[in-house]
Amino acid sequence: MTDAPAQGSRGLHGDIAPGDEIERHDISHAIRGYLIGLALATLLTGVSFYIARNTLVWEPSIPIALSVLAIAQMGVHLVFFLHITSGPDNINNVMALAFGLLIVMLLVFGSLWIMTHLSHNVMPMERIMQMQR
Amino acid sequence: VSAGAHVLPSGVARGPMEVGSVHAHAAALTEEPIGHGVAKRIVVAYGFWIFLISDIILFAALFATYAVLTDATAGGPSGRELFDLRIVAVETGCLLLSTVFCGIAGIGAQARHDRLYYGAMAATFVLGATFVAIELHEFATMIHEGAGPSRSAFLSGFFALIGCHGMHVTAGLLWLLTMMAQVRAKGWRADILRRLLCFALFWHTLDIIWVALFSLVYLVGVAP
Repeated sequence: MTDAPAQGSRGLHGDIAPGDEIERHDISHAIRGYLIGLALATLLTGVSFYIARNTLVWEPSIPIALSVLAIAQMGVHLVFFLHITSGPDNINNVMALAFGLLIVMLLVFGSLWIMTHLSHNVMPMERIMQMQR
Repeated sequence: VSAGAHVLPSGVARGPMEVGSVHAHAAALTEEPIGHGVAKRIVVAYGFWIFLISDIILFAALFATYAVLTDATAGGPSGRELFDLRIVAVETGCLLLSTVFCGIAGIGAQARHDRLYYGAMAATFVLGATFVAIELHEFATMIHEGAGPSRSAFLSGFFALIGCHGMHVTAGLLWLLTMMAQVRAKGWRADILRRLLCFALFWHTLDIIWVALFSLVYLVGVAP
């Protein structure tokens, strides 16, 4: 086999299903991956619950801190539970996810942005009621 | 058997499960006989992955609605008064453990280890059912206190978002029981294993969505 077809077939047939793992170890080895994920997820969850109820973090920044921790935990879940990796066999899975995340960001931040401006520019309901009197 | 069967070159060795062409990397991915079943596993799981991403977008739309309406309490109770973080912590623990057991069930299926598979699936079911029961209790308490979905725009958004996730988990529980029954009735067939992979993807994704919900709905809702 020459080099060129080998590289081509890697993209075409070297793919891996989302959720599948490449290396196939014994059972205890595979379970250990899930337990590492569980430990990391538990740690991040614990920190989230802790900072939400304490003044450890500067109060106005708590929502940002919680968002960062949530994104980190989603990353842990993706890597350790769904086996989505940065490897070449995972490019298709990652690209689909990246496109989904783009839409998610547009939806969430777009909605918040537009609605914040709207509520800034629209007269409060009490004022409208007063004018109608 | 499958859409790809007509491209089958004559004389290719056929596995007992599936008819198909030979792929170079097939043997590295599964112990099944080399055949079209391996490529189909990738195609099926990838298609389901795209469905799950569209499901995540559905949740993003519901979340955007909720986020816009969090302050629209119409004089009614806000999240700070309604959310009980101890309940949320138990729910989070249940779902996180169930997702790990779901992964272990997948390992049991790959190893054709019956006891590991059925045990881990049963644990997944019990933890998932506990989650749904706690959530239903939380909803019932809120509605009983007059904080139902019709009280304010905030509560409409809350019930739509959290309720949609709860309905997904409930559907997942039914799917889980179906998969236990199918493995029992049909054995470790390639098509059953594909469905099992899709179920595992579904269950793991529901937990990822729950991470966003407990962090950004409950914890941000009660944060000082």
